[in-house]
Amino acid sequence: MAEQPIWKSGVTLAIIAAFCTALVALTWQLTAERIEINKTAWLERSLQPALAGLFFDSSVTESMIRIPQPHELPGTEDAIVYRVYAGDEPVAALFVVSARDGYAGPIRLLIGIAMDGTVTGVRVLEHRETPGLGDRVDTTKSDWVLQFDGHSLRDPELAGWAIRSDGGKFDQLTGASITPRAVIKAIRETLVYFDANPDIIFAPLPQPVADDTEEPE
Amino acid sequence: MSSGLVEKFKSGLWKDNPGLVQLLGLCPLLAVTATFVNGLGLGLATLLVLMASNALVSATRRWIQPEIRVPIYVLIIASLVTCIELVFKAWFPDLDRSLGIFIPLIVTNCAIVARAEVFASRNPVGPSILDGLVMGSGFALLLMAIGAFRELFGQGTLFSRMDMLLGGEPMRGIVIADGGWLLLVLPPGAFFSLALAIAAKNAIDRRRKDANTPIPRRARTLNR
Repeated sequence: MAEQPIWKSGVTLAIIAAFCTALVALTWQLTAERIEINKTAWLERSLQPALAGLFFDSSVTESMIRIPQPHELPGTEDAIVYRVYAGDEPVAALFVVSARDGYAGPIRLLIGIAMDGTVTGVRVLEHRETPGLGDRVDTTKSDWVLQFDGHSLRDPELAGWAIRSDGGKFDQLTGASITPRAVIKAIRETLVYFDANPDIIFAPLPQPVADDTEEPE
Repeated sequence: MSSGLVEKFKSGLWKDNPGLVQLLGLCPLLAVTATFVNGLGLGLATLLVLMASNALVSATRRWIQPEIRVPIYVLIIASLVTCIELVFKAWFPDLDRSLGIFIPLIVTNCAIVARAEVFASRNPVGPSILDGLVMGSGFALLLMAIGAFRELFGQGTLFSRMDMLLGGEPMRGIVIADGGWLLLVLPPGAFFSLALAIAAKNAIDRRRKDANTPIPRRARTLNR
């Protein structure tokens, strides 16, 4: 075969690249809506554990607000709060925050707190802790993270929010102390923030829902 | 022609099985086969990518200068994998979460580049798609077999979480025992299971071998 000039190769490459991009764009068009629906459904499902036992009638995912940096919540990124209402009355707030001082990177946590300041549920959403040791903070591996349910800053007092070997009231994990310490610290900080900032947490949504009793002009 | 077809299937599913004989694509094979449904899911995804990439490589083979063939294969395969990933996210979100990074990592499955280079780049579209189907099925069946084996002996169930593929309520599958030999579910179990599968294939081949048939082909490289 004769030697091909380099620009011909370039053109072939460009055409095939354009074709491939079009293929991906088309698939994205066809799937984007479903992917978005799946994401919301999954989010609602993953928030369930922190909603157990609460009475509410609001859409939890629609009441989401972001608390931008700087804030006193754990984590270096914006914190996400899902507010739970029964009618107009706030019932609870679900926080998605990151414990930064995990053993291997941040630990994404879901922390639910009822209006009386008690923990309704804690779940680890994302982590990279050591399998067999720190990863037991995950409910698929152990029930460790369930011990916080029903506790608040009055039970135990602030100093009690630590693992037993640090003089606190909560169990540690055999062979892992950094991970439990990080998780407990994040829960404690979130509880403190919840007590101090109800006006930020339950601030009305920036775009209020339109009053549907009003007749259109 | 039909005997040729039978030969082709024999080659992909058994004689030249991409996983058992060519030892290609071992990373996903070892990583995801802890359960049957994971093996089936990744097997199907790989099969679809392999058929589509073979079709595209074959259809464009006249315009592809040899110097730039590798970047073009990479482009085609990467785009197809992205499409499959989007489809999985849209229709099988649970399976997508369960397989995680291994869906995008189909890009690096060398079985796909190997078929593009060895077969699709020098054959018409029809046979190339058939080659993708046969080789992809061989790979998928191996994934399913190893997945079923590890699930059965590792956690004492079979076909658990098929809902990730079929939809509906979470399914526990056929529960045979309460737990199993944990090692099989862990990464080393994947190596042991694959070794057992290869050993079993070689044993069967040896038993079937007549005096006049050649020694079964073992793992070999792509050098022609």
